[in-house]
Amino acid sequence: MSEIEMKELEAIFDQKIANDEKIEPKDWMPEKYRKTHIRQISQHAHSEIVGMLPEGNWITRAPSLRRKVALLAKVQDEAGHGLYLYSACETLGVTREELYEQLHSGEAKYSSIFNYPTVTWADMGAIGWLVDGAAIINQVPLTATSFGPYARAMVRVCKEESFHQRQGFEIMMTLASGTQEQKDMAQDALNRWWWPSLMMLGPTDAESVHTEQSMKWKLKRKTNDELRQQFIDQTVPQAELIGLTIPDPNLKWNEETKRYDFGALDWDEFWQVVKGHGPCNKARMDARKNAWSKGEWVRDAAMAYAEKQELKLETA
Amino acid sequence: MKNWPLWEVFVRSKNGLEHRHCGSLHASDATMALENARDVYTRRMEGVSIWVVPSKEITASNPDDSAELFDPAKDKAYRHPTFYELPEELKHM
Repeated sequence: MSEIEMKELEAIFDQKIANDEKIEPKDWMPEKYRKTHIRQISQHAHSEIVGMLPEGNWITRAPSLRRKVALLAKVQDEAGHGLYLYSACETLGVTREELYEQLHSGEAKYSSIFNYPTVTWADMGAIGWLVDGAAIINQVPLTATSFGPYARAMVRVCKEESFHQRQGFEIMMTLASGTQEQKDMAQDALNRWWWPSLMMLGPTDAESVHTEQSMKWKLKRKTNDELRQQFIDQTVPQAELIGLTIPDPNLKWNEETKRYDFGALDWDEFWQVVKGHGPCNKARMDARKNAWSKGEWVRDAAMAYAEKQELKLETA
Repeated sequence: MKNWPLWEVFVRSKNGLEHRHCGSLHASDATMALENARDVYTRRMEGVSIWVVPSKEITASNPDDSAELFDPAKDKAYRHPTFYELPEELKHM
């Protein structure tokens, strides 16, 4: 293909996206669009799968059957979300095995918040309320993104995500109205998850390398800083409602802007965790790698059984 | 060892409606594909019936051929009822 032809194809492609038309897997697309989408969708899928681990930690120790079935259902949803997203990603011509390989080798990233430990039951509340809350803010605009399979997967994900946040807030609300010890536990969880949740919305706009291109392709509708502000503005009153304190001494309502001003984030910590030096990076990766390698015989046995059945049908 | 093949999943949300494509998944055989589809795509009563089809069995039209396949329908307005201009007084038509 000549350079002029390529430019023409790109112009038609850009116009399609500008008109809010969707791009489907077999349509022509620039190589950079394909690569960027494989990176972002797989990163999203990996985050759902690794995201099961911190909560899986508490399923057997949930304080009641009601909490246990809810947490189980939430973790099962996350497995489902990971699978929708892997499938969407595979339509771009990458295999599931390649995606796993990228995760296990460290080539692909996942949301760094899952590298923090879940040390008390209140963490299940804080994760649902804050981590899923921040995820919803990130994800809702993606239901209108330009790549059809990703947008469709995100519609399903967002429908299911709202239960996650509500069950988390209910846990926090119950603890916050309990004994002093329970209230302290809730406050402690908020203290530990607040800042990592803010960082989940991504580096500041000045540091974010993909923003401009992602805006054009509708992989992003708002910048990271806008999303962060939105998250803070909607979460602060929720904390006040249940009598918990946001752990930021500089947090203050700004009457002029009608938004909250807030303190500086510790971006050194963020980059440390992204680069693999968070409290649980190694444990999370070991768990994923073990699940994959120790499950190999099961995958092989299932395939051998399927082939044997097929053979029986043919010879019958 | 061989990887589990890909299956396309179609779900009928309730009787009276058609099965609609809702995504894909990997499974070693059709039985497992059905079981996985139940867990992945119908956790909240989204369906009353599931079809699974090996993805490799689907023949898809090529977007490069879209013009020759679909454009001819564009200039055939006479296939639509509004093409025919009839008097206003005419009822029940």
